[in-house]
Amino acid sequence: MNGSAASTVSTAAPAGAGDTTTGSTTDVEQLKALQRRRPFGVWFRDKGWRHLVGIAVTIFAIFPLLYVLSAAFNSTGTLVGSNALFSRIDFGNFSELFNNPARPYARWFVNTMVVGVVTSAATVFLGAMAAYAFSRMRFKGRRIGLLSLLLLQMFPQLLAVVAIFLLLSGISEVIPALGLGSQLGLIMVYLGGALGVNTYLMYGFFNTVPQSLDEAAKIDGASHSQIFFGIIMRLVTPILAVVGLLSFIGISGEFVIASVVLTDPDSQTLAVGLYSFVAQQRSENWGVFAAGAVLAAVPVMALFLFLQRYIVSGLTQGSVKG
Amino acid sequence: MTDTELRQAAGAASATDPDGSGPAGRPGGPGAGRRRFGADTTKGTVAKIVLLGLVDALAVYVLMMLFLSESWGALAVSSAVVLVINWIYLRKGGLPAKYLAPGVLFLLVFQVFVVLFSGYIAFTNYGDGHNSTKDDAIAAIQLTAQKRVPDSPAYKAAVLAKDNSFYLLFTDPQGKVSIGTTQAPLEEVSGAGKDSTGKANAVDGYRTLTFQEIVANQQSILAITVPVSADPADGTLRTADGSNAYQFKPALTYDAAADTFTDTDTGVLYRDNGKGAFAADNGETLTTGWKIEVGMDNFVRAFTDPSLRGPLLGVILWTFTFAIASVALTFAMGLFLAITFNREDLRGKKVYRILMILPYAFPAFLSGLVWSGILNPQFGWLNQTLLGGATIGWLTDPLLAKISVLVVNLWLGFPYMFLVCTGALQSLPTELDEAARMDGAGPWRVFRSIKLPLLLVSIAPLLISSFAFNFNNFNVIFMLTGGGPRFADTDRDIGATDILITLVYKVAFGQGTGRDYGLASALAIIIFIIVATVSAISFKQTKALEDVNS
Repeated sequence: MNGSAASTVSTAAPAGAGDTTTGSTTDVEQLKALQRRRPFGVWFRDKGWRHLVGIAVTIFAIFPLLYVLSAAFNSTGTLVGSNALFSRIDFGNFSELFNNPARPYARWFVNTMVVGVVTSAATVFLGAMAAYAFSRMRFKGRRIGLLSLLLLQMFPQLLAVVAIFLLLSGISEVIPALGLGSQLGLIMVYLGGALGVNTYLMYGFFNTVPQSLDEAAKIDGASHSQIFFGIIMRLVTPILAVVGLLSFIGISGEFVIASVVLTDPDSQTLAVGLYSFVAQQRSENWGVFAAGAVLAAVPVMALFLFLQRYIVSGLTQGSVKG
Repeated sequence: MTDTELRQAAGAASATDPDGSGPAGRPGGPGAGRRRFGADTTKGTVAKIVLLGLVDALAVYVLMMLFLSESWGALAVSSAVVLVINWIYLRKGGLPAKYLAPGVLFLLVFQVFVVLFSGYIAFTNYGDGHNSTKDDAIAAIQLTAQKRVPDSPAYKAAVLAKDNSFYLLFTDPQGKVSIGTTQAPLEEVSGAGKDSTGKANAVDGYRTLTFQEIVANQQSILAITVPVSADPADGTLRTADGSNAYQFKPALTYDAAADTFTDTDTGVLYRDNGKGAFAADNGETLTTGWKIEVGMDNFVRAFTDPSLRGPLLGVILWTFTFAIASVALTFAMGLFLAITFNREDLRGKKVYRILMILPYAFPAFLSGLVWSGILNPQFGWLNQTLLGGATIGWLTDPLLAKISVLVVNLWLGFPYMFLVCTGALQSLPTELDEAARMDGAGPWRVFRSIKLPLLLVSIAPLLISSFAFNFNNFNVIFMLTGGGPRFADTDRDIGATDILITLVYKVAFGQGTGRDYGLASALAIIIFIIVATVSAISFKQTKALEDVNS
């Protein structure tokens, strides 16, 4: 319907070319008249149902989030008490959350941030170096290397969780600082997955940066490190942000390996700590758990929405390139 | 900070190595005919030396520790790795290796090696009761093999706690009360509070555990052995249930020459049965064994053991159903939404989009827990508020639990498919669409015959990786249902919504039943094989799809 209206306008415009001012006003009026005249049924079949779908899906999407938000601000605290949404709003759960030494929430939060930030920064860096090598250099084993990365990334690390546990318990007998119970050990394990998907994603993006830039820099006598840090890394910021963010989200929500490696409550991450806290007595601790969940989700969601544009472009680029 | 140091060192070293100074530099470097990189700056060289020095200092420390702990195999491998790292960063040329080495090192240790190690564990009986060498097992049996002293009195017991450690409070048949724990021999106490049966259950300065707490800390309470006196030969007091206790004495003596244990009372002889344990002639084995290689035993057990076979087949079937249905549902919904909102002139499109991708931004492990609250059959919002006090077992009925898991996973996954499909739709050429319309094709026909096939070419690889991801989607299952409701026909902790990976986790690290690393690894190997096969087949299919369309 709209399409036809637009075409009327465009064909009408050259006809009234002699008198431009009046011509354009009549066009606008004509358009408005058309829209006004359009019956509801036509509008609904064209666009209205889309809004219905949009509203229905939006409710489905955000209801659980509103539910947990309401539970967080409702200091009744139990699962039953949280059912009346937004019936009362106070901060009782939050103060309770930070005032129980048996449940060091603040420590969990800091631990998650440390593990997540260190791992994702390292992942971005290791992945970018590998992608640079694959994209800009030709060497023996390059094709095989790329192929094996593609194959390896199909097998997530959590499948080998038993072997990881036994390996780390072996390490902790020699160097306790890197073994079971240490976040450093956990970060090392996570870095095993730093190549793989990330490198593949970055490799595709690196290839879109024109080689002529490198060549020009080389003529000026730039070393490969100057090209890598000074030119390539600056031009591929979007993909670095995407990989960094996706790995941060992945790491901060990782449960299996973290729960096996981090045994002491003081060293645990949010995923492990919050789970063990709520798994024991789900209904009694609900309000406090909800408060913890809201606080845990806020940074991740803020980051996600802030970098949304990059993520979407990264995802679609990844999809188009396969 | 080892890994960061290593990484930085590697990064800086690779970034600053002298390179391309000689014409014989690197045959494998940047392609023939390309211009060479410029020389390094002094600053870069200094950084490289410092960081490589730090890595080597750390390496020396690790090697010394390995030497002191006499781990010769690990020592040899580590030394070789350190040498290779130094060789890579100190030699001229070999530039690609300098950029790849740090990532590849982690990849080899924590991805490739652990997979191979899983493969090895799958062929052993590694697990609780079989987690060390035979010598360790013999020492442990001598320490722990204790037998109830015949005709010794039955004590009543209560579990107390003080400063985070547990104590047992005993009341003997005469009503004498005493307290102790593994480190503190039995000591008589007076003034203990007693319950109606005359059992002492409270002492000043200690906290009495409730039944729930006893159940929750079962393992540590069962492990308490209270020496009767300072002399170990007098034996110890133990409880098996937290309310009764008996006196135990060492019951087995080891004969090193014959490699047998003899029961001091009955004279029964326990021999090495070749399966990593000592067994008597009547088949009774001592609980502490050692690790041996058992060949295909774990795999055979998985498919023949009656308590495992049925549930395992159910789990495999459900894993496939779950993964396929999850991909199909999220893709269908994502595609539908992408088409619905693929209109430039739709008002509020941006708002819809932001609100709809919120579930994707919400941490996945929290989603499972939050939904478990909403769907909780007794207290949850869905039953209590929306359905006005119904008691539908959303998470406790086998079929409904499966549907709930799928719905929650749809909630988690549709935004991703929505984003991906939108991107792919917008990259389709519009001429095709117009040409088809000119030929008289309706919107449905255009979609089915033109847009969908083109879309599938770019999206198919993502659907395959989505399948592989959901095949191992641990978080949503474990956080929502924990795998339950449990199957009735087995005593193991396996339930209707368990997928293979949650089963692996429960078998290896679950509470209650003993840890069985061998079986868990065997199951993990099965997952490996399935995922590899499915991926190989489907990638081939995708290629065919691409050929057809191009």
